Amino acid sequence: MIALVARRLLQSLFVMAMVSLLAFTLFRFVGDPVAQMVGQETSLEDQARLRASLGLDDPVITQYANFVGNLLSGEFGYSYRTRQPIGEMILSRMPATFELGLASLAISLLLGIPAGIYTAIRRGGVVANLILVVTLIGVSVPTFVIGIFLIYVFGVELGWLPTFGRGDTVQIGWWKTSFLTLDGWRSLLLPALTLGVYQLTLTMRLVRSEMRHVLKTDYIRFARARGIDARALYLGHALKNTLVPVITIVGLQFGGVIAFSIVTEAVFQWPGLGLLFLDSIRYVDIPVMSVYLVLIALLFVIINLIVDVLYAVIDPRVRLGDA
Amino acid sequence: MVPDASNETLPETLLEIRDLTVTFASRFGKQTAIENIDMDVRRGEIVGLVGESGAGKSTIGAAINGLLPGTGRITGGTVTLSGERLDILSEASLHRLRGDRISMIFQDPQTSLNPLMRIGEQLIETIRQHRDCREEEARSLAIALLEDTGIADAATRMSAWPHQFSGGMRQRVVIALALCTEPELITADEPTTALDVSIQKQILALIRRLADERQVGIILITHDIGVIAEISDRVVVLRHGQVKERGITARVLGQPEDSYTRSLMAAVPRMDRKLERFRGIVEAVDTDAAATRRGPSARASSGAAGKPLWRVSGASATAASDWLLGESNERSAVHDPILSLRHVDVIFDASPGYLFGLGRRPGVRALDDVSFDVAAGSVLGLVGESGSGKSTLAKTITGLVTPTRGTLHFDGQVLPSGRARSRSHPSRRRIQMIFQDPFSSLNERHSVESILIEPLREYDQAGTRVERRRLAASVLELVGLPQRALLRYPHQFSGGQRQRIAVARALLARPELLVADEPTSALDVSVQAQILNLLKDLQSTFGLSMLFISHNLAVVRQMADRIVVLKQGQRVEYGASEAFFESPVSAYGRELLRETPSLALLDAPPRR
Amino acid sequence: MSTLLERLRRLGTENEFLYLFLHSRLAMIAATVAVLGMGAAALAPLIAPFDPYDIGSVDILDSLVPPGWTDGGDARFLLGTDDQGRDLWSAILYGTRLSLVVGLSAIVFASVLGVTLGLLAGYLGGRLDAVIMRIADVQLALPAILTALLVDGIARGLLPRDTHDELMLVVLTVAIGLSLWVNFARTARASTFVERQKEYVQAAEVMGVHPLRILLVHILPNILGPLLVILTIDLAVAVLLEATLSFLGVGVPPNQPSLGTLIRTGTEYLFSGEWWIVLFPSLTLVVLIVAVNVLGDFLRDVFDPRLR
Repeated sequence: MIALVARRLLQSLFVMAMVSLLAFTLFRFVGDPVAQMVGQETSLEDQARLRASLGLDDPVITQYANFVGNLLSGEFGYSYRTRQPIGEMILSRMPATFELGLASLAISLLLGIPAGIYTAIRRGGVVANLILVVTLIGVSVPTFVIGIFLIYVFGVELGWLPTFGRGDTVQIGWWKTSFLTLDGWRSLLLPALTLGVYQLTLTMRLVRSEMRHVLKTDYIRFARARGIDARALYLGHALKNTLVPVITIVGLQFGGVIAFSIVTEAVFQWPGLGLLFLDSIRYVDIPVMSVYLVLIALLFVIINLIVDVLYAVIDPRVRLGDA
Repeated sequence: MVPDASNETLPETLLEIRDLTVTFASRFGKQTAIENIDMDVRRGEIVGLVGESGAGKSTIGAAINGLLPGTGRITGGTVTLSGERLDILSEASLHRLRGDRISMIFQDPQTSLNPLMRIGEQLIETIRQHRDCREEEARSLAIALLEDTGIADAATRMSAWPHQFSGGMRQRVVIALALCTEPELITADEPTTALDVSIQKQILALIRRLADERQVGIILITHDIGVIAEISDRVVVLRHGQVKERGITARVLGQPEDSYTRSLMAAVPRMDRKLERFRGIVEAVDTDAAATRRGPSARASSGAAGKPLWRVSGASATAASDWLLGESNERSAVHDPILSLRHVDVIFDASPGYLFGLGRRPGVRALDDVSFDVAAGSVLGLVGESGSGKSTLAKTITGLVTPTRGTLHFDGQVLPSGRARSRSHPSRRRIQMIFQDPFSSLNERHSVESILIEPLREYDQAGTRVERRRLAASVLELVGLPQRALLRYPHQFSGGQRQRIAVARALLARPELLVADEPTSALDVSVQAQILNLLKDLQSTFGLSMLFISHNLAVVRQMADRIVVLKQGQRVEYGASEAFFESPVSAYGRELLRETPSLALLDAPPRR
Repeated sequence: MSTLLERLRRLGTENEFLYLFLHSRLAMIAATVAVLGMGAAALAPLIAPFDPYDIGSVDILDSLVPPGWTDGGDARFLLGTDDQGRDLWSAILYGTRLSLVVGLSAIVFASVLGVTLGLLAGYLGGRLDAVIMRIADVQLALPAILTALLVDGIARGLLPRDTHDELMLVVLTVAIGLSLWVNFARTARASTFVERQKEYVQAAEVMGVHPLRILLVHILPNILGPLLVILTIDLAVAVLLEATLSFLGVGVPPNQPSLGTLIRTGTEYLFSGEWWIVLFPSLTLVVLIVAVNVLGDFLRDVFDPRLR
């Protein structure tokens, strides 16, 4: 078990190293940092001095080492576009994305898992087929179309819910939360739904597929032959075995949520990290791009690690090794 | 049936099956799996259901339980358990019955247990499902059951996970699970097929004891006649979904009346003496099983209806013979022994570790100082149970595995091993292999023709496409398949036919040494006999040397001139085959002979 | 119609795949829709009444005309016009074409790259496998849309302004392709692992067949099933990605609208009542993707040995 965790940690470190290298390359070699920072009139000598002070004349290895050092100590540099420290920008926008992600993940899991189980067990019923059709559409409709549709129906036609921004938020320390105000919840609802629908359908389809596989196994047949009743069979035996592979995907989904939040934030003008990244792409704001890259990779790596550990905890075969 | 001399009252009839018919709906239309089956099982009695694949044995077992898969339905007849009709019960009533009165055991202990639940939990859950009791009571019952099925240290093992048990132990747990609901009838579907011979014997003894002590009726479904002979009281012989013969085991197996049963018994390899060939087996038994299911029109197109046969010009079995013999005339100059192994070691997965000895592994020793010779033109049998290293040995000889130590010599010259053996080394052609699983040894996406001409291409044995086709068709005929098979794909053939194709492929390289790795283990008994006959004929006609690997002693006895016995990678016996079977030198050899269920039991006095 | 179906169905008894296909009404409908859609898109230059890219044929005075059957509509413009005066129906045809071209090219790129690497990793194992899997791990640490955006952003940064627009389509294809190859690689690798254990591969190795031949002639034909599933599903993802990127404004160049771009434009006009610019492209996109997904699901069920 320790060996397993150690190995995964090493792998994670490797991945992070690679990503940081990528981010550094991006940062240093795409576009000219100096040109971005100066106006038309800056003299050549001033440009040269700037270049030296930024360390751009140092050997590449040194620059890379500095880059990594800065990252690790939280020094993220400055945005080309807004001239603000990137660290601050990220901190101020992180709560928005995080809460959005949490809300949509909740929707996805709380609805998706039961729906998946239901459609795996009840094959061919009217309700099951209806759910399947809905999820098929959910997987196929692009997030932004869902968003637009929801805005139109609930925001414009019915006027029930706000269509952009976070509404009222409460600040706790540096964290601005939407969860503590009604207006916050109202503003959160549509974006969370938009983001959540896609995740929901993915979850549901996965749970359904895994459960169907499990239900065909010998040990389920044997349990049925022993007379174990349906409820214990499905919710006890089958479910436990289904959830094992589902955990991986759920973990990855959290990452997917972060990714797709870009689109949702764009549609709803939700002031989160995704919108930040999008703007940085549009304006070729390299420092922000590279920091975002590293952060997201870190998030994924951590999630993967947690998932692997969870796997070991739940599946005795992984934990104890083979006999 | 022979009246009982002792005049005991026969135990009451537990299960009565009359005229049972089961059909499945498939894309070929309705198919009858079993037809007009009559069968009885009495309390404390073991009734064997024996037949080859597709006979319908498992279908009967599933029908009794109401667990027919997919589209299967009982379309005729009755199933009565202690006077109560089972076939007309609703699913809900059937479900209550399951476990309570009827239980079932499946073949593979590996997949029969939920890997995420401890043994104890699975037992306790089943017990409490069927009787109202507290957990402690259920727990002590479970422990008692585990002890009864021979699991030592039962109390501690209750909290173990399934994967922590060996195959035999797992099957004991499965049996305990089936018993814990105190059923009247148990259906055991191939309960020992996945186990080693010695474990098999123990499990069979366990089943026998349980039947006697608890007066449970047991239906034992298997294709292995030795198992039937070992513990069953009466037997029902099935073929293509119909009962061919039934009666007391000793009588049916000893003096069979039905022609199919007779040919079946003739096909079983005998342990007591070596026959030159298997005689009296029905040649037509090895039909295209799929075609049989598909119906009369498809059967005709396999050539059985007398339509004009498709042929390649100039292709015939004689042509193949001539071509192969032409090679073997040069072969008489081959070195004797043709293959020599000296002090071969194979160690897997040894690793020095990646950081200060972390993760270092000593490795698994698959072969340990193995040495032997294969004499030219003879058959060396290689026997061993699972884990003995037989497959590793085959792979070492054919270059798939590199030995850690030791030398190999082929035809008097050093045989480079593993990666050192270049792809164009002559031994590549001269040593050919026949694999165990006919369903994976042929590439499903290639036509039979392209499978067969591959050796011709690789070894430049025939110049033109026309010539290759002619040779392929000829060898096909030589192994007993129609030439038309060239145009077909593997999935259209049965296991036995595929194995013939595999033999043809090997022959087309014109080899001198054939390594046959369990070539018939996956085949039905009668098909096995035909393939073994084929191998015998080819070997003697063309003077091939053969390394015949099997775990089945009886089969090896029929095939081998000399024998090597492996135990956990070490050579335990080596010498003339008959000498070994008459009187083995080692304790392990004696144990192996003792453990193999043999038909000699049929000569013992009848049980009741 | 029903007798045609029956005759087709009888054909299907020999080939299992055909059988399952012809008996799944859903799959047949989806396939028909997909084929029709792709056909129409491919023939866009021939069947579209206008060429929306030809600035000469577009008149700004025709802008924001509602669909032909409504009040204020113009019979020339069946589905109305957009803010530039382009005929929506033509724009949709050309847009679908563009989306499909980008999507298909991206998939071809991703599959060739992914399958090659997967085959090699699965068959050769060892160091090569480890390296390829590490790269895949890194790639997997970033979700598809992120990778696509990133490649896009990098290209933007590297290329000067005007060449950038011309090469945009290539960049887009590469961006989407790079974000999807990992799926192909992993599937190919996993399938290759399985096939490698099978005895027909061992038989070929024993015979001394060249490894390249083993990979291409023996193994590849046997792993096509799962790959076909991934291909179909990822095609839907690729089209979705392209639409999303275009919607965000970082996809196709603005003078060559794809469905995503049209939806983006339409969104701006949705709240002022010009609903058609958003609706029709959205519908087209959704129908297309649904059809491809249904086919993908069907294929997945057909090729999944565990479900048989």
